Parts: sequence; structure tokens; C-alpha cells
Amino acid sequence: MLGTTGKTRLAKWYMQFDDDEKQKLIEEVHAVVTVRDAKHTNFVEFRNFKIIYRRYAGLYFCICVDVTDNNLAYLEGIHNFVEVLNEYFHNVCELDLVFNFYKVYTVVDEMFLAGEIRETSQTKVLKQLLMLQSLE
Amino acid sequence: MPAVSKGDGMRGLAVFISDIRNCKSKEAEIKRINKELANIRSKFKGDKALDGYSKKKYVCKLLFIFLLGHDIDFGHMEAVNLLSSNKYTEKQIGYLFISVLVNSNSDLIRLINNGIKNDLASRNPTFMNLALHCIANVGSREMAEAFASEIPRVLVAGDTMDSVKQSAALCLLRLNRTSPDLVPMGEWTTRVVHLLNDQHLGVVTAATSLITTLAQKNPDDFKTSVSLAVARLSRIVTSASIDLQDYTYYFVAAPWLSVKLLRLLQCYPPPEDAALRSRLTECLETILNKAQEPPKSKKVQHSNAKNAVLFEAIALIIHHDSEPTLLVRACNQLGQFLQHRETNLRYLALESMCTLASSEFSHEAVKTHMETVINALKVSLAQFGSRDVSVRQRAVDLLYAMCDRSNAKQIVAEMLSYLETADYSIREEIVLKVAILAEKYAVDYTWYVDTILNLIRIAGDYVSEEVWYRVIQIVINRDDVQGYAAKTVFEALQAPACHENLVKVGGYILGEFGNLIAGDSRSSPLVQFNLLHSKFHLCSVPTRALLLSAYIKFINLFPEVKATIQDVLRSDSQLRNADVELQQRAVEYLRLSCIASTDILATVLEEMPPFPERESSILAKLKKKKGPGKLPDMDDSRRSVNGSTDSTHSFTDVLNLNPAPSSGANLLIDVFSESSAPAAATDVSEENFPRFVCKNNGVIYENQLLQIGLKSEYRQNLGRMYVFYGNKTSTQFLSFSSSVSSSDLNVHSKAVDPVIEGGAQMQQILNIECVSDFSDAPVLNIQFRYGGALQNIAVKLPVMLNKFFQPTEMMSQDFFQRWKQLGAPQQEVQKIFKAKHPMDTEVAKAKILGFGVALLDGVDPNPANFVGAGVVHTKTTQVGCLLRLEPNMQAQMYRLTLRTSRDSVSQRLCELLSEQF
Repeated sequence: MLGTTGKTRLAKWYMQFDDDEKQKLIEEVHAVVTVRDAKHTNFVEFRNFKIIYRRYAGLYFCICVDVTDNNLAYLEGIHNFVEVLNEYFHNVCELDLVFNFYKVYTVVDEMFLAGEIRETSQTKVLKQLLMLQSLE
Repeated sequence: MPAVSKGDGMRGLAVFISDIRNCKSKEAEIKRINKELANIRSKFKGDKALDGYSKKKYVCKLLFIFLLGHDIDFGHMEAVNLLSSNKYTEKQIGYLFISVLVNSNSDLIRLINNGIKNDLASRNPTFMNLALHCIANVGSREMAEAFASEIPRVLVAGDTMDSVKQSAALCLLRLNRTSPDLVPMGEWTTRVVHLLNDQHLGVVTAATSLITTLAQKNPDDFKTSVSLAVARLSRIVTSASIDLQDYTYYFVAAPWLSVKLLRLLQCYPPPEDAALRSRLTECLETILNKAQEPPKSKKVQHSNAKNAVLFEAIALIIHHDSEPTLLVRACNQLGQFLQHRETNLRYLALESMCTLASSEFSHEAVKTHMETVINALKVSLAQFGSRDVSVRQRAVDLLYAMCDRSNAKQIVAEMLSYLETADYSIREEIVLKVAILAEKYAVDYTWYVDTILNLIRIAGDYVSEEVWYRVIQIVINRDDVQGYAAKTVFEALQAPACHENLVKVGGYILGEFGNLIAGDSRSSPLVQFNLLHSKFHLCSVPTRALLLSAYIKFINLFPEVKATIQDVLRSDSQLRNADVELQQRAVEYLRLSCIASTDILATVLEEMPPFPERESSILAKLKKKKGPGKLPDMDDSRRSVNGSTDSTHSFTDVLNLNPAPSSGANLLIDVFSESSAPAAATDVSEENFPRFVCKNNGVIYENQLLQIGLKSEYRQNLGRMYVFYGNKTSTQFLSFSSSVSSSDLNVHSKAVDPVIEGGAQMQQILNIECVSDFSDAPVLNIQFRYGGALQNIAVKLPVMLNKFFQPTEMMSQDFFQRWKQLGAPQQEVQKIFKAKHPMDTEVAKAKILGFGVALLDGVDPNPANFVGAGVVHTKTTQVGCLLRLEPNMQAQMYRLTLRTSRDSVSQRLCELLSEQF
């Protein structure tokens, strides 16, 4: 999740990189994605992969996947995730993600694990998140 | 601060985050962070034991600080402690900290694994999930070693909760990706396949991902998944949208699971079982039918989800490539999308059609839609001007993939006309593609010549050397087109402003074949010459050099213009040109034209011999440009014009206009040299090996992709070599690996990163131990993928016996005493040889010192002789060595004498050193 100004709100890595490489990758992704406008596709080639992204207000949600992966499935995967965040934080805004960064990781892990889609049912994810919320 | 008010979190954390956000400057932020770090450190070090809540809060703050981009060097232990808490929130922060911050070689790994182990055994699904997520996120080898055999049990156990199964499946997938050797296959695999039948669609989704990954590696072990996947898919696509409730997304039934099942099926050929096959066909037809139904919602989410499934179904249809009706329907569907107002869909349709066009069976079906494609290209051009380049790029890709003999002229014409307005970023690629198609599908080569000249006219700046080299190569190899080519370039050169690349092609072709059109008075020799020469002054040095060569060729072709050309060559602007190359050519050509008889001139300036047929260097360039996996396979499977190819050699094979001279002593063999000679591909490269006998640093190997530099240092019997791999291209090298094989030395090489970025350099360290005296040098074997082609390179490493020399200083008396001691016939080796290099005393001294011995002054009565001494250190023994080198300036000869206690050492050292003078 990248802010328009270049702040990273959350990054999850499913391959090994060292810290410098991670920073470099984030900058590159930011540079590639932010120059595109609404008339462009939601897909960009990136190194030997591709990025599927969607912009919500000031935040870009980007997923980097293999070139053979299904673009639209990941595009809607992003939207599904955003709808869950919206439901969980009651009208989510960027600040929620800042203050509750540790919870956002939990949401990601519920829906995406090991770089794959883990759970797609919003009902099931939210039920699980509320259960976890109730735990001490 | 909306979240703080929710009151469910850690108040101190929220306050800290607010403080950071309120910092006005970077300095203020750092100050605030340092204050916090000091505070946390004192709490962690304090006498009072911290309660779980505080520990969690501080660890979470540290994590936040780390995520802001600051280094964190403590708190790991506290985070690990949180794992053993029995409170979820504390555990969760502990695991999060570990997943984000703890690297695999941490000493804490044992403690972490212990925490994970306890949670896995806890039977508490929440804790089990935390543990599994941690393994899946970290995916380290240590974790794989500890848990790879445990997780399959969790996955298939009857009493495991659904959500834990989901996590376990993906956890296993991650470990299979990072450490496949540690994940045991076995009895559990059949049970995993049956998870496709599970009630819980989330479990099925995760299991499908796992099975797909495993099936890609071992398709036979997971064959049974095909029938289960078809059955599952069939139930989903035929269900009413409310049946799947939780898994219906904007009126589409389980879109992600459908996509995953369709991808799993792409690991296999079409089912052989007729019933299964027809059931799958039904599914695919249903999906295609749904695309024609009116949408159930106007939301983009609905159409995206539906089309995600549709595109994956089409991918499966193309993969099977066996059902004509399905293929035609897929093609029609894509044709519709090509006209769609949504950019995403046009882009994906073009991409998908591109794969369709490259498949054997369906090629015909796609071709019927050429009108649609060309329309789409035009429509998107007209409509979107400079909008999304990638859409137009895909359109060009598709046209390229669809091209065959029947439509080549039309497609090439379309691409040429598109080129006039094309975006700069894709012009070069279009030029390459047009050049390739024109060559591949040229029935008559006049069309080919026209096309390439058009390319130069429209986009001269984007026509790379490979393209114009290639047109010349083809014209030279085909006599049926030479006259036409000469006439056409002659006409093209008439234009008042023509691109320099045209002048190059024109100069070359008229120089070779100008005689074929000289009969026409409108293109008489003098007219041709004047035309070429009128461009001369506007051209760059390399082009001028080429023109000068064309002029000397003219002198041979047309004796009547000899005087005119000699005048030109004789002019000050040529003979005294500031550029050495031009000046030399002018001088030599002028001289040649004056002194050589007509016969000699005719021999020297004979028409160029045909070029050997080989892969088009343009194709190689395009492959290079596009990187792996971007170019349809057709280039390999349907290539016709150039016959055999071997892509691994293609890069060194860039056409140079410098074929081997056809006749003997030709002083002008470099007449048209524009590029360097291709590197000879040998098994083990040892070309530069001798250069390292007397020095330790330098470039040992270089080709067009890779440069290998060395730096080495030796001490007694040990050596360390730094190998630098430089990627000369702009593309990544993938799966890079290197190993050293040596029969006599112990060489230990440190592992290297498998990726070298374009333009980047990577270092590898080799530790070398000399065990006993040896003569065979170690070989460095390198392998990597570049643009899809596997590259293998073997280089002989310059580790020679003399590297393990320690110089020994000694007095004259000692020297002769030892010299006598080593007097046995087998201990002495002597060689008399001719000097290969100028005999220079200082250079010789430097070489002897570089060889590793001490240079002893005043020992030999003859001051012109060189005397040296040293000890070769090996692990098992030390061998003293004395040497004497006697130059004979008159005869330009040397005599080298070596005495050591071992004959093999004397022999080897003599071989090595004698090659250096």
C-alpha cells in the first residue's frame, strides 16, 4: 500500500530480499504506478513480473505477480481486501491503517498467505477478525 | 485520530504514533524516536519484570520505528518471549515482530521454533494459525527443516479446523517454493487432492493453490486432481448465484476459486476420459455463454470477476488447443473485447489473442479475425492518441504473432503506417518486428528491400545497426535482388534529406552492385559517385569511412571515374583529415589505386562473398529487448528463412560485415569492418590465461553479455581470489550460478546471488589451497539464463604453481652453492626460445618479479642476465627454486634455466615462464 506522496503504508514480501533491495523495489513500484492515470490499464509490466494495482483516494494498492497470473482476479482481490478493511474499520481512512498497522497485517494474513489467495469470503474473514478482536 | 478513540489498542502506542506524525522535521522525528528507544531500552533492562501488556506495547513501538525505516538492534528477545504468552494479542505482536524483523540466521531461531512448535501442538486454532502464518511469512530454511514434515500431518488430520487447514496448505506451498527438497512427498499427497471435495470453499481455494504448485513439478503424482477439479468447477459454474452465499462476489459464483481450478487444469492435457472431457467442455461452454448474458450488475466488480473467469477459461481452451468450436468461440469473444470501451479488457484481449495466434491449431481461426484486430488497432489509435502505450504495444505484439505468408504484406504495411505516429518508446521494437517479418515472409525480395528502405525513411533513428547490416547481408546473398536494390537505393538517395542509415546502405550497395545500373545514363558511374559524395560532408565519421571504401570499390568497378575519385582522395580534407581512420583509408586507398595493376585491384576489391546463413541478428536483438517469455514461440517453431538456429550463440553472432577474406593476402581485409570479430566459442575459455602468469588482476573473460574480472592475493600455500561478474546488458541474469572444478587444488567458493541486475556487478570470493605441486588449473563453470536462453561459460582460472611462490633473497655465494646442490640432471630444465615480445630489460624484470621470485642483483657475472630465487609453498611440501634467464639480443633469443628439487616443478615453472617473453 503506497501513498501518493511516496509513504509506504504497508508492504508484505513473499520472496527473500534484503532491506536495501526492498526499499529500492518500493521506490521503483511507486515510480511506475504513480505516473499512470485513470485511462490506463490497471496493469504494468515490472521487471520480469507485473503489477496489478488500484488507486483508492490517496492510496495505491499494488500486487506484484507472475506475468502469467490472472490480472482481473488479482484486481478484484485488491477490491475484496479493501471492502474488508472498510467494513472492519467502519469507513476506513488512511489514518486507520497508520494507527492500527499491526491489525492490518492480520487482515492481510487472513486473506493472502504465502503470496496466494487464502480466503475470499468477506463474511468469513470479518467473522474471524471480530473473533480475534474479542480475544485478549 | 479515529483509532485511538476505539480504545481497544495500546494507548501509549497511539500517543507515540501521534507524536511522530506531529513532528515538523526529520530531525524532530529522529529526536523523538531516540527518546523512545532510550525509554524502551531502560524498561527492558530495568529490575522490574515487565508485564505482558507493556512488553507487547514496547515491542510494537519498536516495530513501528523499524517500519519507519530506522534500524532496530534490540527487543528481539522480548518479542520471542511474547510467543509463550497465552494471550492472543501478545502472541500476535510477537509473531508479527518476528515475521517482519528477524532474519533467518538469527541465534534466536531455536527459541522461535520452539514457540512455534508449542503453538502448533496447542490444538488452539487461533494459536496454530499464528504459528503457521509465521512459517509461511518467513519461509526460511531453518523453519522448513523444523516443520516441513509436521505440517502435512496438520493439513490432513481429520480433526483440524478448516481455517487451520487453509493456513497449513499455503504454509506448505511456501516451504515447497523455498526449500522443495525438505518437503516430503508421500501418503498425504492423495489426501490433499481430496481436499478439492471439501465442504469449505476456503479450504478448497487454498488446497487448489497448493496442488497446482505441486502438480507443476510432479504432474503424475497429482493426476487424480483433474477429475475432482472438473467436478468442482462444474458445480460452481452451474450453481445459482445464491447457492454459494459467502463465496458469491457481485453475483459471480466463487470467481477466485474458479480461476484457480482452471489454472490447475492447465497443468494437464485435455482429459482422456470421454465423459470427463465432455463435462469440462460443458463447463467451458457455460462460462462462454455467461459472457453473452446481460450483466447482473452494472458495477465494474461484477464484470471484472466474471471476465477473470472467462479469460482463465480461454487460457485453458488455448492450452488444450484441441476443440475447434471452443477455439472459435474464444476467438469471437476476444474479438468483441477488442472493441470494448474498457482499456483493461482491450489490453487483456490483445494479450490473450496473442497466445491464441501462436498456437498451432488455432492459428487459422484467429486469422479470420484479422480485420477485427486491425480495426481495433486503428480504433484504439484514433481514439486514444497517446494514452496507454501498453495497449498499443499489445496490438503490435498480436499483429506480429498473427503474421504469416498470406497476410504479411498487409500487416507489415499496417505496422509501417502505424510507425509514423507510434510512441517513441516502442518505435525501435516495431522497427525490429517489421524487419523480421519482412525477411521471414519475403516471397520476392524486392518487397523486402522496399520495406527496409521505408523503415529507414520513416524511422531512421530507430533502425539499429543489426537491421541495416541484415539488408546488406541479404542483398549480397541473393543475386536476383541486387540490381533492384541498387536501383532502389539510388532513387532513395535522390531525396534532398535522407537518413544517414540510408547513406550507409546506399554506399555499401552501390559500391558492390553499382555496375548493375550503370548502363542507364541517368545512373552512370559519375552520377552515382556524385550522388554519394554529395552526402559525404553531412555524415559522421563511420559513415564517411564506409563511403571511402565504396569509392575504392568504384575505382575497380568503373575505371572511367578513377581520376575523379583519386582527386577526391587526394584532397587535403581527406589526406590530412584529423580523424586517423579516415586519413588512413584515404592514404591507403589512394596508394592502392595508384600502384596496383588492374588485376590486383580486381582481386583485392572483388565482390564480397556470400555470408554464411545464420540466425538473424535482428531476432536476437528483439529477444534481448523483450526479455524472457515475452516473445511468442513462433520465432522458434515457424522460422523458415534462415534455417537452423541456436539461440545460445545468437548474441555473439551479431552480423559483422567482416567475413573471412576470400583470397589470400588481402591488405584490405578490414575494409568494411564495422564491428569487432565474433568471439570464438570454445569449450573452456583460456584465451587470457597466459596474461595472468605474472599478474594477479585483470579481465579474464569477456563476451557480449558478461565480463569477468579477477583480483587475487596469495600467501604461502593459500590464495584468495575475488571474481567480479559484470552484467554488460540492461537485462537481468537469472538463475546465475558458478562453481569451480579443480583436480589438484582445494577451491572453496562462496555461494552467489542467483540474480545479477542489468549493468550491475557481483562479487564472488574463492578460497584456494595448494595441496601439492600441480599443473592443471581450476575451471570456473558459470551458468545463467539470459532472455530465456541458458548460457554456459567455462573459464580456466589463472591459478598456477608460481602463484604460491615466496620470494627468497640471497647472496651470490649462497645462490651458487644451492645451484650446485640442485645439479642432478632431472632437477634442471632448460629451454631456449625466440623472443615473442620486444626485449626490454625493465619489462623482463617486472615479469620475473610478477612471476613471484626475488630478483637477485649482482649474482650473475653477466649483468644482462636475470637471476631469481623463491620457494613454492604447498600444503605437503616446500620446493626451493632457482632460475636464470639469459637474453641474447643479437639472436632475439632467450635461454631459461630452472633448478628445483622436483622435476615436475621445474618442468611446470619453465613452461609457464617461457611463454611470457
